[in-house]
Amino acid sequence: MTYQEKKSIVSLISSILIFVLYCLYRYPLYPGGAPDSKEMLHYWGSFVLVLTLVSIAAHIVISIIFNIIFRITTGEKEPAFADELDKRIDLLAFRNSFVVFVIGFILAMGSLVIDRPLEVMFVILIASGFLSDVIGSVSRMYHYKRGV
Amino acid sequence: MGKVLVGNHIRKLRFNHNEMTQQQLADKVGVTRQTIVALEKGNYSPSLELAFRIAHAFNLPLEEVFFYGQNSEEE
Repeated sequence: MTYQEKKSIVSLISSILIFVLYCLYRYPLYPGGAPDSKEMLHYWGSFVLVLTLVSIAAHIVISIIFNIIFRITTGEKEPAFADELDKRIDLLAFRNSFVVFVIGFILAMGSLVIDRPLEVMFVILIASGFLSDVIGSVSRMYHYKRGV
Repeated sequence: MGKVLVGNHIRKLRFNHNEMTQQQLADKVGVTRQTIVALEKGNYSPSLELAFRIAHAFNLPLEEVFFYGQNSEEE
């Protein structure tokens, strides 16, 4: 298994773990009351912002740890640059990821159109963000394994 | 994803060039070793520029390194 394949798997697992752990941490803090109250909007806003920051920080730390473990276990250095194959796979993964997020965004807007509560819109948006991240990692894994 | 139609003789040529390693070839043409692995497996068709750089690394014309469709040696 190549460095990129391993990295895609680690990225996929870490994305799922970060999201699940973060949701488990935030779920008990869910405020009661009216669905469009100020507290509720504050809750969802901070949910998305903190998740984004935590996710970026955790991915950086996990990537550093992965590189150290990769060097120790294989005795190889990780590739220092992205070549044309890496860039092409990144583009394909980004496209798939983007499509999933846009579908989620449209569904979220649709939920407002059919008068669903505001929290449904936020849940769909957050879920599509998570799914798009997962699809991006799976696409990378697939293309590194099967080619482009 | 199916095998690409552009094939190559990179593995054989590396062997004929003092058993050049994948890493040595990768360094020569400016890509990662994983890209050479993907090329040899037939999982990736290189850009024209990379194809020329690989042919140049072996001091051969492009058509002696890459071929389109089935390999004439295998027919």
